[in-house]
Amino acid sequence: MGKLLRRTFLWGSAAIAGGVAVGFYMYHTPYSNPLVADESKGEGVFNPFVKIAADGSVTIIVPRAEMGQGVVTTLAALVAEELDIELSDVKTEFAPAANVYYNRGMLEEGAPFQAFDNSFMAELTRDIQGVVAKFLAMQATGGSSSTIDAFNRMRMAGAAARAMLIGAAADKWQVAAASLKTENGRVIDAALGRSLAYGELVGEAVKQEIPEEITLKQPADWRYLGKSQPRLDMRAKVTGKAGFGIDVRLPEMLFATVRMNPNQGAKMTAFDAAEAEKVPGVIKVINLDTGFAVVANNTWVAFKAADLVKPEWAPSSYPATTDAIFEKLDAGLKAGGGFNMRDDGDAPAAIAAASGKVISARYSAPYLAHATMEPMNATAQWKDGRLTVWSGNQAPTSIVTQAASVFGLSRDDVSVHSTYLGGGFGRRFETDFSMLAARVAKEMDGKPVQVTWSREEDMRHDMYRPGAICEASAVVDAQGVPSVAFRAASQSPIASVFGRIAGAITPPGNDRTIVDGMWDQPYALTNYRVTGIPVYMDIPVGFWRSVGHSHNPFFHECFMDEIAHSSSQDPLEMRLQLMQPYPAAVGVMQAVKEMSQWATPLSAEGVKSRGRGVAFCLSFGTWVAQVVQVADTDDGIRIEKVWCAADFGIALDPKNLEAQMMSGIIFGLSAAIGQEITFNDGAAEQGNFDSYDCMRMNQAPKIEVRVLRASGKMGGAGEPGTPPSLPALGNAIFAATGKRIRQLPLSKDVSFA
Amino acid sequence: MELKINGKTVSIEADPEMPLLWALRDTAGLTGTKFGCGIALCGACTVLIDGEPTRSCSIALEDVAGDVTTIEALEGDDGALHLVQEAWIEHQVAQCGYCQSGQVLSAVALLASNPAPNDADIDEAMSGNLCRCGTYSRIRAAIHTAAKKIAGT
Repeated sequence: MGKLLRRTFLWGSAAIAGGVAVGFYMYHTPYSNPLVADESKGEGVFNPFVKIAADGSVTIIVPRAEMGQGVVTTLAALVAEELDIELSDVKTEFAPAANVYYNRGMLEEGAPFQAFDNSFMAELTRDIQGVVAKFLAMQATGGSSSTIDAFNRMRMAGAAARAMLIGAAADKWQVAAASLKTENGRVIDAALGRSLAYGELVGEAVKQEIPEEITLKQPADWRYLGKSQPRLDMRAKVTGKAGFGIDVRLPEMLFATVRMNPNQGAKMTAFDAAEAEKVPGVIKVINLDTGFAVVANNTWVAFKAADLVKPEWAPSSYPATTDAIFEKLDAGLKAGGGFNMRDDGDAPAAIAAASGKVISARYSAPYLAHATMEPMNATAQWKDGRLTVWSGNQAPTSIVTQAASVFGLSRDDVSVHSTYLGGGFGRRFETDFSMLAARVAKEMDGKPVQVTWSREEDMRHDMYRPGAICEASAVVDAQGVPSVAFRAASQSPIASVFGRIAGAITPPGNDRTIVDGMWDQPYALTNYRVTGIPVYMDIPVGFWRSVGHSHNPFFHECFMDEIAHSSSQDPLEMRLQLMQPYPAAVGVMQAVKEMSQWATPLSAEGVKSRGRGVAFCLSFGTWVAQVVQVADTDDGIRIEKVWCAADFGIALDPKNLEAQMMSGIIFGLSAAIGQEITFNDGAAEQGNFDSYDCMRMNQAPKIEVRVLRASGKMGGAGEPGTPPSLPALGNAIFAATGKRIRQLPLSKDVSFA
Repeated sequence: MELKINGKTVSIEADPEMPLLWALRDTAGLTGTKFGCGIALCGACTVLIDGEPTRSCSIALEDVAGDVTTIEALEGDDGALHLVQEAWIEHQVAQCGYCQSGQVLSAVALLASNPAPNDADIDEAMSGNLCRCGTYSRIRAAIHTAAKKIAGT
């Protein structure tokens, strides 16, 4: 029985005792355990997440992509906590592509309910989304969901393995399992003063039945969780040894690059490769229909030869210029309609009937590239009709699905090896770079081929954060409470992303990401309407760190600032007032108020002026408030300091959470101070860091982060630091200069020091 | 042609115009040095040539005149780390880690020429190294710590 279960999905029968929900895992058809093959290598496979060798070394399988967010360490800590082993000694491996590693948390986050909505209907829908996640079996990293998804599952994996080790020792010693305990990789019989190392028990332990009921540790007894842990990948990353996709090296491997039509998706109508083929080291130039590949004996030769190919590109099927694209968004906004994602009271009527001053504004945000440090790349090899792909990716099972569909393979004939990711931010959720490597390798007679994109290719073939526009209007009553209406228009990332996955059906219903960051915020207003207007164009758009929460909070929180100033209220105090029913929101606002000494006037010593701005955003289950302080100087606006308070509910690793907030803030500020993708002739005009720069050391502010644990429900960490940073900066610039900027990037209106 | 890389003489057969980066990565098997932009704007490919921080993506093999040091050489054969690497671990700097080989080498070069840099010195020396994960605060702290460690030896 134990054996059978280990080959299948662990939680077909197991349940957690002690108050944690049981129903989550009670699905009938188990998924198979892809690690069973490792048994032949002498490793004890306890479940899809834990292997123990006879020498006692423990390997923890990490089912999510490590793109900087520290998931290798935190997920390993979940297992180590319950398995009772030394965390610093564990080995980790990235999971193979397998359905058993599906991400439930990610789809739950996508359910159309606000994070603070704990109604029966909201909880039920989240449960159903979890079931959907299982059946879609998407092994994906996104939506800041890794720890939320893994919190029970990986602790259970560790606890179940520990129970089986205890069971084996109990059988051996003929004592009751309950009389035994564990300590750092050993089972201990305290009564008789004897012990056995886990390694000595592996052979018998894997034959034990998987426990029917698992009792997890109480948080008060946690040794690793809730405390900062040194990252398991840190040494490899400061010694150059961490293996990224671009570092894959295989015997006889060839190096290649691709150049695809910059009018994304359109055909290559002709090409002349004669000059390229003459370059020493070039092995083959391949027509890929919408572009071409050059295969060579090193990457530089491939790059150089690709420059010599003369392609002819068909025009784009989407509007060819930024102006034409935004005219389409404008037309969408003017046409009316759309969907009301939030409609409390009757905001339009309240605004129309108002005797007071109506304020209204129009905001906009540009298209953005992800610009991961590691340009897109992947390695592929075809052998005996099977395809193997190596890549740093956020969605291994999607690569399997896509490859099986495109090449007519069975899923079993596609293997995906995931590496470290040199940044992801949503870009590596896509399968395009892996699929291009597979297509190129298919032409190379069984040899492995690494396909590396130039930076320019990467930036011009992104699935961009969509550009967006928003109209906002409000009126404030005598008590200072606003009635507010927002209407936002953009492309739908959900429709675009799902449209690219073979066989996938775009989830029904409205794309909440078009208005995320506006409709889902904890403001108690009587009249509050948020309308989303999807505008369909073929520009590929996708998930960019925090998705809709990356731009809508700029609209929402800057407009809240406008409301406060127009009604002579302090912007921070007004928010505190409007957020009264939501203690987690109040908590983070109070924290940044104190941290930034909000009430103390700033000196303008040595500069023209100084100002502070505040913003709030609840995203991915985490409640975040930020205050940004800027100085107006002769060289432009200098961002001096950022204070951030974030309530994660359960904070598994505070130092890592601090790092994630800092990271999210720098990512948001990078966009705010200058990033913009513009289009001309159907192609993105920016290609490298000369035209699409990111915040650098000399511009980076000091950042102070406070980690709170009061919301009662675990939130994510990879994304929630980004959303408030842009509006807090915009509001700070207003406070310092009196200039209200309503378009991103802010560099269109001010310069930055 | 022959290059001195990490104390060893390495023979490389390649176009003399090929940038050093690709010789390191695709020919010499030293993948710790990273490709980021190809035009010396991001610093991911930083190596030391006679101790000077150099963007290896933008220097042709024929122009490499000195001894090349890559991230692989900072770790001793006995596993001992450079004090800058130790400071990086102490401050838990790296996130995705892709830019960190270049960051560490830029910091090593800075501290070799300026044993006690202030924040403005750090800004000047490090602003050519992009980090999309935004690890700048911890890089700054780690450089100050490394300076103290080096001064104490």
